[in-house]
Amino acid sequence: MPSPIVHFENVRKTYKMGMVTVEALRGVTFEIQAGEYISIMGPSGCGKSTMLNLLGCLDRPSAGHYRLGGEDVSQMNDDALSAVRGSRLGFVFQSYNLIQQLTVVENIEIPLYYQDRPEDQSRDMARRMAARVGLDQRLEHKPFELSGGQQQRVAIARALVNEPLVILADEPTGNLDSSSGTEIMKLFDELHAQGKTLILVTHDPSVGQRAHRTIRLRDGEIESDVRR
Amino acid sequence: MSEDNSIQSLGDAFRGLSVVRLKRAVRLGIKSLWLHRLRSLLTMLGIVFGVCSVIAMLAIGEGASYEAQEQIKNLGSQNIILRSAKPPEEQKVSDKSSQGYVLQYGITYTDVKRIRATIPGVTIVMPTRNIREYVWNISRRVDCDIMGTVPWYPEMRNQRVIEGRFFTDNDMDARTSVCVLGAEMVPILFPVESPLGKQVRVGANYYTVIGIMEARATVANNDGGPDAAKPATHRMFIPLETARLRYGEVLMRRRAGSFEAERVQLHEITVKVESLDAVTGVAEAIKTLMERNHKKMDYEVVVPLELLKRAERTKQIFNIVLGSIAAISLLVGGIGIMNIMLASVTERTREIGIRRALGARRRDIIVQFLVETVILSGAGGILGVLLGVIIPFVVSHTAGMKTIITFWSPMLAFTISGLVGVIFGIYPAIRAAQMDPVEALRHE
Ligand SMILES: Nc1ncnc2c1ncn2[C@@H]1O[C@H](COP(=O)(O)OP(=O)(O)OP(=O)(O)O)[C@@H](O)[C@H]1O
Ligand SMILES: [Mg+2]
Repeated sequence: MPSPIVHFENVRKTYKMGMVTVEALRGVTFEIQAGEYISIMGPSGCGKSTMLNLLGCLDRPSAGHYRLGGEDVSQMNDDALSAVRGSRLGFVFQSYNLIQQLTVVENIEIPLYYQDRPEDQSRDMARRMAARVGLDQRLEHKPFELSGGQQQRVAIARALVNEPLVILADEPTGNLDSSSGTEIMKLFDELHAQGKTLILVTHDPSVGQRAHRTIRLRDGEIESDVRR
Repeated sequence: MSEDNSIQSLGDAFRGLSVVRLKRAVRLGIKSLWLHRLRSLLTMLGIVFGVCSVIAMLAIGEGASYEAQEQIKNLGSQNIILRSAKPPEEQKVSDKSSQGYVLQYGITYTDVKRIRATIPGVTIVMPTRNIREYVWNISRRVDCDIMGTVPWYPEMRNQRVIEGRFFTDNDMDARTSVCVLGAEMVPILFPVESPLGKQVRVGANYYTVIGIMEARATVANNDGGPDAAKPATHRMFIPLETARLRYGEVLMRRRAGSFEAERVQLHEITVKVESLDAVTGVAEAIKTLMERNHKKMDYEVVVPLELLKRAERTKQIFNIVLGSIAAISLLVGGIGIMNIMLASVTERTREIGIRRALGARRRDIIVQFLVETVILSGAGGILGVLLGVIIPFVVSHTAGMKTIITFWSPMLAFTISGLVGVIFGIYPAIRAAQMDPVEALRHE
């Protein structure tokens, strides 16, 4: 068995708010292999977003270890985490999070920008990614000129452009109507078929069921971890 | 990509800021400033006006002090000038009394002899006698100071004869009727032909024009004294001995219907001191000597070197004042920029979060915002320099004031505006970089 891409080992996250400490994650352990398609589900406030932020190296665990691609990233400094995010992770957000003043192709380029790619090369790659999500006719449009579904596809293209180890998505269909939501989910299915590793957080059971493995959280702990 | 996948090689990416990133940051900065054109322009204005006022004021100040210094230099920094001055109490008497009274005052030939004999370190003593008269060429005339002086006058006063020649010792000894005209009066008396070799008339006497003296540096204000006193814009030079012969010692002046007679032997003497260091000492010695021999204050001593020093001191003070004004206006401009940048950071919190999530390091965020401020203040600096160069140009053409833009003042102003950008940009940039990516992403 190959070494896992993601390895969470007894990961805790506590938030201190004045006198109160909130235990958002209370010792979570699991592994993810390359090519897995995972949904993280659970009631509101159970720690899904917290876990995704940790997976995405946007935050550091309060305790425990997180190995990404065999490297322990739980104690890395800020610069190193930035580099990890830029080169090994792709993000898809509920609210798309495109930069409004940049065009579609420029938005897709951002991760490459911070990887010091030569410009013509990154422009090429961004174009290819736009084509892959079916937006090659919209390269020079600004985000506000696109529908929500199209914006989310731009975000997915952006998440793919640096060929990350893992793609992380927090409620990617949360802001979309059911038909564009379905389109986005089809896109995720395709990515999975191409061997990408996907982790997505969702409330929506119909979305969660498309994944091949579902991790359920409750009060910061894993309630169930089911493969289909 | 394959190399990016080994975390060891990531370390390489942390080193320094690459030129490529910086270039992109500049382009990005220009783009986002362009997006808010009006805001950027208004933000820049503080710096624009700061820089422009510094350069313009420095240019005007520099021009003014240059003119003052030129005037003083015309007097010669190694010279000490003694001028005859009507003593104040005599002035009152002469105002009331009428004809028959001959007012006697001023520097005498004996003074010249005394200075020559008793004061060491004095090379040349140049006496001058002024007569105020009309100079005629047929029907054209000018009101003129006729200056009887010695052949070495141009040399001592740093003035050039631009055409023809100055008179010589021979002219002095022979008391010839030759004259050198100040360039200012030439177009009035001789609008068409060259005056050289022509004759001008003063009273009943005719003088042959042998040379033309260059125009004086424009005299903005003078402190009195026969050479510059009374608005005598025009000058004509004749040999001192000729003047003595023609006009004697007593000068008659026609004033408001009555005559006024003055006996003045010399209106001015210029003492050339051998070395610059000795000027102050010699000036003191001359003052003492004159005090001993003149009961009345019927003379004044002008030391151009001291005037020069005073002018330089004034200029220094002027520069300090300007410097403070500049510093304050740039400070205000800088605060304006900082204010806008802080607002911009807050407004773009989400963007910062996105960029951080997509691989931007803190350093990249700092650079992004810092570059924006530096572009703002730099562009403000450039605009300010342009305006600051144009304004003195316009001033000197409309107000006729001399302005000098020194090479260093735009450089300095521009550098300072750049520094202002860095100093006032650094705090907002750090604020932006310190944001927690998770919170920044959640920001509405
Ligand atoms: N920055 C924070 N400071 C303090 N407490 C926090 C912070 N972020 C999350 N929490 C707390 O941690 C717990 C888990 O929050 P999290 O956002 O992970 O929940 P979630 O599962 O994503 O919920 P939802 O489905 O509503 O998005 C909650 O109790 C929340 O109040
Ligand atoms: Mg959540």
